[in-house]
Amino acid sequence: MTTTTLDGGAVAPTKGNLKSRLRRAERLRKLKAIGLVAPLALFLVVVFVVPIGNMLLNSVDNGSLRHVMPRTAASIEQWDGQGLPSEATFAAFADELRDSRSGGGLGSVGRRLNYEDSGYRGLLMRTLMALPPASDDWRETLIDIDPAWGEAATWQGIKAAAPPRTDRYLLASLDLEREANGEIQRVDQQDRLYQAVFQRTMVIAGGVMLICLALGFPLAYLLATLPAKTSNLLMIFVLLPFWTSLLVRTAAWIILLQSNGLANQTLITLGLVDTPLQLVFNRTGVFFAMVHILLPFMVLPLYSVMKGISPSYQRAAVSLGAHPFAAFWQVYVPQTVSGVAAGTILVFIMALGYYITPALVGGPADQMVSYYVAYYTNTTNNWGMAAALGSILLAVTLLLYLVYHRLVNRKQMIGS
Amino acid sequence: MPNNANDHSSDASMPLIHFAAVQKTYDGETLVVKDLNLAIEPGEFVTLLGPSGSGKTTCLMMLAGFENPTGGDIFLRDQRLNNVPPHKRNFGMVFQNYALFPHMTVEENIRYPLKTRRLPAAEADRKVSEILDKIQLRDFAKRRPAQLSGGQQQRVALARSLVFEPQLVLMDEPLGALDKQLREQMQLEIKHLHEQLGLTVVFVTHDQSEALTMSDRVAVFNDGVIQQIDTPSNLYEYPANAFVAQFIGENNTLAGRIESVEGERCRASFGEGAATGAVLGPALAVGDATHLSIRPERVKLNGAARDLPNRLSARVHEFIYLGDHLRVRCALPGNDDFVARVPVDTFDSHLQPGDSVELGWRDEDVRALDAP
Repeated sequence: MTTTTLDGGAVAPTKGNLKSRLRRAERLRKLKAIGLVAPLALFLVVVFVVPIGNMLLNSVDNGSLRHVMPRTAASIEQWDGQGLPSEATFAAFADELRDSRSGGGLGSVGRRLNYEDSGYRGLLMRTLMALPPASDDWRETLIDIDPAWGEAATWQGIKAAAPPRTDRYLLASLDLEREANGEIQRVDQQDRLYQAVFQRTMVIAGGVMLICLALGFPLAYLLATLPAKTSNLLMIFVLLPFWTSLLVRTAAWIILLQSNGLANQTLITLGLVDTPLQLVFNRTGVFFAMVHILLPFMVLPLYSVMKGISPSYQRAAVSLGAHPFAAFWQVYVPQTVSGVAAGTILVFIMALGYYITPALVGGPADQMVSYYVAYYTNTTNNWGMAAALGSILLAVTLLLYLVYHRLVNRKQMIGS
Repeated sequence: MPNNANDHSSDASMPLIHFAAVQKTYDGETLVVKDLNLAIEPGEFVTLLGPSGSGKTTCLMMLAGFENPTGGDIFLRDQRLNNVPPHKRNFGMVFQNYALFPHMTVEENIRYPLKTRRLPAAEADRKVSEILDKIQLRDFAKRRPAQLSGGQQQRVALARSLVFEPQLVLMDEPLGALDKQLREQMQLEIKHLHEQLGLTVVFVTHDQSEALTMSDRVAVFNDGVIQQIDTPSNLYEYPANAFVAQFIGENNTLAGRIESVEGERCRASFGEGAATGAVLGPALAVGDATHLSIRPERVKLNGAARDLPNRLSARVHEFIYLGDHLRVRCALPGNDDFVARVPVDTFDSHLQPGDSVELGWRDEDVRALDAP
């Protein structure tokens, strides 16, 4: 095949021809690039985007009433919440209640309605048992079966469960609820829980982060400045915890810190304390175990940044008249900002989601958000609450991250 | 023993810096610096030149205070410096990779030494402004070092080390990272700054042409010992030993033996039966082995060699054309890689590789030096 380009000006390629050839060549490269990225993109979508999207949807999902009792849901939405719903609603409800026995949706409807009031499941069962095959006046029939059907509150509960989306889980996760008239207010004092849990989660994660920074910075500095042979050995010790399971490490702390454990025995032998200190199953134990587990995540980014900082910067500062401490603080530390930022955000975010460690070495007052997420998923099967708590934790984390990102970017002035 | 003593103790005026019998070892086994004696006068530009590992940088670091001498003393006029910490020495220092603080702007970098000295803001402003003008980087004052070119960074590093008017400026291979053209330009800039401001500079480099261009005196280091300290022209013309002759400029070496001595001059044999007159180097006597050193540009070819006292025929390996001159590589008894440097206009263009040529040189162009 002869191409036009070979004989130069004789048959110059037309503009369109050149463009289409370029596009063809580019397309091939693009396809190759997409092909290389595709497995990872697919993986991310499957294990990351879909589950998180699912969680977000779950947190506002109103349960199965609309699926099990579509006509009831549709007609009760017409009701204004005053007095009793119309006869049509009663009839549709009675019909669908009967059908739900064979359809098998009654359990999930009962569970959902029980979040409104714990009497619903029993009421539904009782009503179903006594339900006649037909009736002229379903309103009267139902009220005869149980007087609760004559109360507006009973139907208001069903109305609340009818729309496809609800904010009740999200509100509940923030210790808020929606009144019958639609206004949002705080729940009763004795029922408030999650604001304190979120606060506690932030305090523990923040505390772990700060302790890790305070311990990790000098260690990383030592590792970065020692000769390679020594620092490699020390690095193995830093990474050693990764070689054992999280559970084993946490359990080891219980053994070390318990009342007659090694730590207390040592303190008593040394005469520092008379009676054993309570070091585990409280906040102290949580901090000990979490800092131990998360410290490498602080040390590694710090180390990698510090390794790249030439010692000549501090020498230069000293040669310009700065005291070595001033040189360290004014010249070295600002250059580690990116490492500090990476380490602290990593530790903080990992600490936010901690579950096993506080569950094992913490007391009841040290449980973090994840504990309640696990409680709702594993124990009560309340996916809505679990998803709502998770979504709010995600939102708070993202918010904090944005604030942090902005602060660090302002501080980190290294032009790269 | 090489001529490394430069004793000014008898002088009435005191040198600015005086190394007295300084030694340094890192591992307690080998001395990196052996018995260093060096005096630096105010206003001097002294270069420490040597191959890597020769101890020149260690000397600079001891002077800066980042290393402690294992033995001996360093004096600043009459003050013993050994125990003065580096931040109290008041020396400016320019580092190999500039060590500009990446998180500070150009201006903040230059202001840093004034800040550490707690200078009043107005005075600091004035000094920073003056030096920014001098290095012609006023427009870049608010930039960060990473946004500057290599040459600009170099000028900022220089300004930062000069802004507090130190009594001594130390430079540790400051031009090593620049390309050739920029390096040559910066060499002249630094030299002019030195002259304008009357600075005292101690400059470390392994680049001999840089040392020759800039320095008042050059100390040639090898193996922890100053082999020779002298002006650039004396180093080139009168190398004290074979190492200096080899290290400074281009050089041809012929291994030989001193046959006879006549005052300053001698005759030496080399190769198989060849002999030449030469200038007698230090500490040599009849019968000693010697390295005869001849600069390529002093070797004449054929016609130009006719009237010279030392003549010798050689076989040409190749010609290397370099624009203003030709390098003729040839083999002669005792040296297979002997180079003559010939101006292009006097060159006989009929010569071919493999031809025989006659080389010639004067007695005074050959130096008989001790064989290491």
